[in-house]
Amino acid sequence: MTEKAKVGCARPTGGLVGQAKEQTEATQDQQPFQEVRKMIQVGKPAPDFASPAYHKGDFTSVKLSDYMGKWVVLCFYPGDFTFV
Amino acid sequence: MSVDSVFVHKMWNDCELAKMVKGGIPFPMLSDSGGKVGSAYGIYDEDAGVENRGRFIIDPEGIIHAYEVLTPPVGRRVDETLRQIQAYQHVRKTNGGEATPSGWRPGKPVLKPGPDLVGNVWKVWKTSMEND
Repeated sequence: MTEKAKVGCARPTGGLVGQAKEQTEATQDQQPFQEVRKMIQVGKPAPDFASPAYHKGDFTSVKLSDYMGKWVVLCFYPGDFTFV
Repeated sequence: MSVDSVFVHKMWNDCELAKMVKGGIPFPMLSDSGGKVGSAYGIYDEDAGVENRGRFIIDPEGIIHAYEVLTPPVGRRVDETLRQIQAYQHVRKTNGGEATPSGWRPGKPVLKPGPDLVGNVWKVWKTSMEND
C-alpha cells in the first residue's frame, strides 16, 4: 500500500532499503581516502563547464567561457515544476 | 541550471513560465543531470539529488565576485542580485578606486578607500544611508 507523500520544495529521492547501516560503516572506513571537495572561492575563476540547454524553442549546448567579456548570473535551483 | 533534462525545461517553460513571463524565459535553461557542475560550484546536494538555490555573479573576466546559497523552500530577491551587479560594475569602472558602502544603490554616495579615510568613514557615511 503506497502512502501519499508530502510534497515539499526539494525533489523527493529514492534510495536503497535495508543496506543503510552497512553503507555507513563502509564509508567511515573510506573517509581518510575521500577527496575533500574544495569550497568555491570568490575572487577566483568560475569553473568552466558545458551543458545541454533549452533556449527559446531550441535544444542547444551552452559553455560558460562563451560568455567571456560579459557579466554572467548563474542561477541553480532545485527543480522544474516545484514551487518557489 | 537544475538537474532536470532539457525536455522538462521545455515543458516547464512552455506550460507554466510562459504564463508568468511574456514570451517565456529569455535566457538558456541549463541541464545538470547528475549534478557535476553543481558539485564543482559546491551547491549540489548529493543526498537529495538536487541543486541548492545557488546564485553566482561572474565578471567579464570569468571571476566569481559574489554568491548566495539558499535551501529549497525560500526564494531569492532579484533586486539584491541586480544591486550587487551594479555595485561591482561601478567598482570595475573606477578600477577599484571607489567602493560601495552598505545599502548602496546607483546614485548614492560611494567610498574612496585610502589612508585619509581610515577612522574617518563616519564623517562621510551614516548608518541612515543604509536605507533607501
